[in-house]
Amino acid sequence: MSAAVTVPVWPVEGWELVAGLEVHTELSTATKLFCGCRNAFGDVPNTNTCPVCLGLPGSLPVLNAEAVELAARVGVALGSDVRRSLFHRKNYFYPDMPKNYQVSQYDEPICVGGSLELPDGVRIGIVRAHLEEDTGKTTHVGGDGRIHGASHSLVDYNRAGVPLLEIVSEPDLRSAEQARAYVAELRAILVAVGASDGRMEEGSLRVDANVSVRRVGDATLGTRCEVKNLNSLRSLGRAVEHEAARQVAVLLAGGTVAQETRHWREDEGRTVAMRSKEEAFDYRYFPEPDLVPVAPDAALLERARAAVPMLPAARRARLFGLLSRGGDQDPARAGAPGAQVAAVVASDLDQLVAGAVERGAEPALALARVANEAAAEPDAARRLDVEAFAHLCRMEAAGELSATQAKTVLGVLLAEGGDPAEIAAARGLAALPAGAVEEFVRSVAAAHPEEWGRWLAGEEKVAGFLVGRVMRESGGRADGKAVRAVLDAARSRA
Amino acid sequence: MEPRISRDQVAHVAKLARLALAEDELDVLAGELAAVLDYAADVAALDTAAVPPTAHPLPLANVLRADEVRPSLDPAVVLAMAPDAAEGRFRVPRILGGA
Repeated sequence: MSAAVTVPVWPVEGWELVAGLEVHTELSTATKLFCGCRNAFGDVPNTNTCPVCLGLPGSLPVLNAEAVELAARVGVALGSDVRRSLFHRKNYFYPDMPKNYQVSQYDEPICVGGSLELPDGVRIGIVRAHLEEDTGKTTHVGGDGRIHGASHSLVDYNRAGVPLLEIVSEPDLRSAEQARAYVAELRAILVAVGASDGRMEEGSLRVDANVSVRRVGDATLGTRCEVKNLNSLRSLGRAVEHEAARQVAVLLAGGTVAQETRHWREDEGRTVAMRSKEEAFDYRYFPEPDLVPVAPDAALLERARAAVPMLPAARRARLFGLLSRGGDQDPARAGAPGAQVAAVVASDLDQLVAGAVERGAEPALALARVANEAAAEPDAARRLDVEAFAHLCRMEAAGELSATQAKTVLGVLLAEGGDPAEIAAARGLAALPAGAVEEFVRSVAAAHPEEWGRWLAGEEKVAGFLVGRVMRESGGRADGKAVRAVLDAARSRA
Repeated sequence: MEPRISRDQVAHVAKLARLALAEDELDVLAGELAAVLDYAADVAALDTAAVPPTAHPLPLANVLRADEVRPSLDPAVVLAMAPDAAEGRFRVPRILGGA
């Protein structure tokens, strides 16, 4: 047992976290990888099994063509080399596989290389993606439901043989946020190409993290631990940080990190070493004699390319392109526009922004309205009439509606649809005529001479109070920025 | 000459394959497995630089089936094959043992 070492909280000054992820995604096929049993989540246990997926003597596996198509699509989307591949048997004795081996791809996987671009522009390398069959689902009974202390286990083989694609990243991730962003981005790509439903809560997407630490500036990688049981993006982030902090604590105490597999305990917020006998990693891979190689041909690759839609990175780049067209420089990807662009693409609303811009909306305004307001109701926003939304943006940009009024009209558009000009007219929403804002400011200044005096004397923080009063007096018709401009003008004259 | 496979290696492989071998069987199998390895060594001695690797004895690739659902087995039949069953599932001893 390791000595009791106080684990610090990440980040630890002077140390760097290095992580690579293995993402297992269940492919959205109708049937299993090697037999015609249904690939379905939540069916009555052991109703989707047959001699092939139970490994009964005399049965022969035949590869599912659709699983190959989907794997090729993922490969194309990640820029991988999609190539001739082989199946191996990975031998181990564990009741989650009735055959005592799992059919997987070993040294010749179907996809090799590639990369993925995070929303902030950072590129994460892909090592490989390989096809394999999923295992059955074991439930530990007795004790506290964990493996240790359980009196026995129950096994459902409905999942045994379901097609999985395991996608392995390079150790390019440097923080918990990046690890989460990587999985979110990969998930979006898998859903976009139709390879997965992306439901982490149903186990459609499962993540293992390889974590190591090193001193900032070191070029060599530290010894890594593989962390399993990461069932959500939140677990992933917490586990990666905790594991990095644990390793730093071990090293600072003069110890060495043992390469091992560790289990994340969500309720305790820590990783614990999994009990494993030394031979557990000796899987004695050998070529699966019942399966011949699978070699994607030109026609398959052509179909895969045709089936890959515009991916999130390209959609974000398109929005950045629209934004920079309006201004004179490339907008900062990491700043507020970057976050808005990422949010809009993640909610599948970039078409709304692009469509509005095509119809004369100011890019930054359309982006802000969609990211900040419409994205709160993504379903309604996806049904929003693009021309109506564009019209609303044009009205706001032309000063016909204040920002507050435009948001009100947008709310009505999202709830009921309609014509923005008619909605505004029916509700008496119109920006104040020229001079009216000055009128309200004069009135507020007269009513609050003390605050007004402080404003003129240069006290910045009283601005919020004065703007708020003007907004209230105008019944929300005044535009906040316009009010502020009048206040500034009054002070510069004083 | 160093034996091709040691007694300890035979014991290790037997353990991986969950074979309970008696002490004297280890010696017998070490000899028999060495003969198999000798045979493989004959092949390894050949110059195969110009021979592409063979993934499968059959000159085939892309043997695929359409993604169409076919009937599964009756779960009652499936569970009848289990040493023990409970709640419609296979009941197995606890895994990895110990605490």
